[in-house]
Amino acid sequence: MSFELILNIVAAGLLTGLVYGLMALGLSAIFGVMRVVNFAHGDMMVVAMYGAYVISTGAGLTPVQALPFVALVMFVFGFLLQRFLINRFLQATEHVQFLLLLGVAMILTNGSLMLFGPDARNIQLDASFESYSFGPLLLDKVRVMAAGLAGLSAASLWAFFRYTTTGKAIRACADNQLGAQVVGLNINRLYAITFGVGTACVGAAGSLLLMLVDVHPHLSTDFTLLGFIIVILGGLGSLGGALLGGVVVGLSEALSGILLAPSLKSMFSFGLLILVLLVRPQGLLGKRA
Amino acid sequence: MSENTTNPSHAISRRQVMVGAAAVGTALAGGRFMIGRANAAGPVKVGVLLPRSGHLALIGQACQRGADLSLPILREMGYAVELINADTESSPDVGRTQAEKLIREGAHVLMGCFDSATTAAVAQVAEQKGVPFIINIGADPKITEQGYKFVFRNFPTSRMLGMGGLSLFKDLFAATGITPKTAVLMHINDSFGNSMLQGIQALAPKLDLPFQFVETIAYDPKAKDLSIEVAKAKASKADLVVPVTRLNDAILLVREMVKQQYSPMGIIAPGSPGMYEKQFTKSLGKYADFCIANNPWFDPKQELTKTLKAAFLKAHPEESFELNIGFTFEAVMIAADAAKRAGSTDAQPLTEALRTTNIAKRVMIGGPIQFGADGQNMNLKSASVQNQDGEQRVILPLDVAEAKPVFPMPDFKARS
Repeated sequence: MSFELILNIVAAGLLTGLVYGLMALGLSAIFGVMRVVNFAHGDMMVVAMYGAYVISTGAGLTPVQALPFVALVMFVFGFLLQRFLINRFLQATEHVQFLLLLGVAMILTNGSLMLFGPDARNIQLDASFESYSFGPLLLDKVRVMAAGLAGLSAASLWAFFRYTTTGKAIRACADNQLGAQVVGLNINRLYAITFGVGTACVGAAGSLLLMLVDVHPHLSTDFTLLGFIIVILGGLGSLGGALLGGVVVGLSEALSGILLAPSLKSMFSFGLLILVLLVRPQGLLGKRA
Repeated sequence: MSENTTNPSHAISRRQVMVGAAAVGTALAGGRFMIGRANAAGPVKVGVLLPRSGHLALIGQACQRGADLSLPILREMGYAVELINADTESSPDVGRTQAEKLIREGAHVLMGCFDSATTAAVAQVAEQKGVPFIINIGADPKITEQGYKFVFRNFPTSRMLGMGGLSLFKDLFAATGITPKTAVLMHINDSFGNSMLQGIQALAPKLDLPFQFVETIAYDPKAKDLSIEVAKAKASKADLVVPVTRLNDAILLVREMVKQQYSPMGIIAPGSPGMYEKQFTKSLGKYADFCIANNPWFDPKQELTKTLKAAFLKAHPEESFELNIGFTFEAVMIAADAAKRAGSTDAQPLTEALRTTNIAKRVMIGGPIQFGADGQNMNLKSASVQNQDGEQRVILPLDVAEAKPVFPMPDFKARS
């Protein structure tokens, strides 16, 4: 096996992994603060992809240009969803939350099916067929763009939680809900913002993914499953862990595809998940409960 | 106690009313049924079973266009035919239920169903009920190997597809004087992909193909990214890429080949969908050109093909005129032809007439439509169809070719 082949495969796996990481960021952020597992994660991603598709085709924008609009719309959607629906179930048992979000997922998937039909839709960009060439290394232009923006989005999210007052307040809620209430923080509002930020992340990831993957309503299950693998690998609730988990999954898929067989890629991701659950159940960067 | 019960000899009980109503209803229904059956000159009712929703919806709807367009054309040709449409929802169970429903609604003959699993389920229903069933598309050989008496298939079996598809490789090399030495087989890892793989592995030595498969790469049917697969294929340095795909993965495959600057001598599908479809040329533009698909195809020189194509392009200018439309059109035509010759829409004479079908003026490439004792049409041929300037053109067999083959294909980078 040539060095050139390994180099290109590792680079492709790394770039895909960063996009995977962004995909899982929203899921991790929501769980980290609210302890709610968003089972409608993949379905929200598909809705975001359709949003980016509609804006791109309607307004003649690229998915990257459509990203801020999609993220904003998804923020509002997430905010309202949390405020008026999920908030009522925060104290409910986990299986009730699971059923609620599964219901939301079914509505979103079938709504997409009704609106857009079963056909796959994509956006054609000039860059879709182009690559950057560095000697023997070939980097897919679209994937480089998506990975770069994924890194940027993750950094912005981290900065939001680290440096803004709202971000600090959200972290305070996550650390000690009672204490946050005692000092006068509006928990309901902060939770709604968190859910909004999480879905905005999903919106950003969806816009970027539209450049790489053709969207159809039944894509959601794959995304939800992949999201869970990544955040469990990286550590539920850890933003850095989500990115690391994405990169690990992207790289392992690439290497297993080349060393074993491409059709075993998914099996390898699940194998890794089981291994991490056995050896380090809190995930690579997760805190022990 | 009411008067009716006290004087039963003069009263009519509720039960008697119900029995009477049932009797009248049965008589009326039976009468209508009898009239329907006795009306030999009436149109033949074709129960159309297609996957118009579900994961095969795109193709099911394409087939439906072929069925719908057949009505005015067949009327012009002097046939009387009516369609009763049903959606199989891409599910064999729904297909079975819908077939039974169509028979209850008075379908004289069933037609469908695109996918082999649903087709096999409907074939069982047709056989149980004694209603003729014409398969428009469905390649599993087993369907016509069960000894069924009412099942007729005007579509090649997967073995015929494989044989027809592979033998055209040698014809292409002979026509262009270029013979590649190595090939990489890339196939979707599902039942269709694996049956094609087995067929190719079994047939390749028999056909004495001039090239060797240096690598076989299977990939997940749900793959959203084929970068690893294409990198592996590129590393094999094979002269030829032989893909067994469906539509979306065919697009992913070629897009990735362009990105990774892997430009082999040719990309030739040995008998699978994807590369001849409009979505493929629409998504890939100039990069879709020069891909070759060896499949059953329209005979561009038949008058009926020209009529159907003109009607299709008028009704659906945005859609792709491909083999699903042609085979579905022919299936309805076969039913109409049999009913006309039988002079009846009864199952028995209709089945007898189907058995003696002999239609020379047809749409698809091949000899006259005739069915063997097992109900299979053996006079079907594959053609090599190459994308040229965004259009699908027949390049082989030479007797029906409408364009010259371009092989080796121009490098992706050199396409302006």
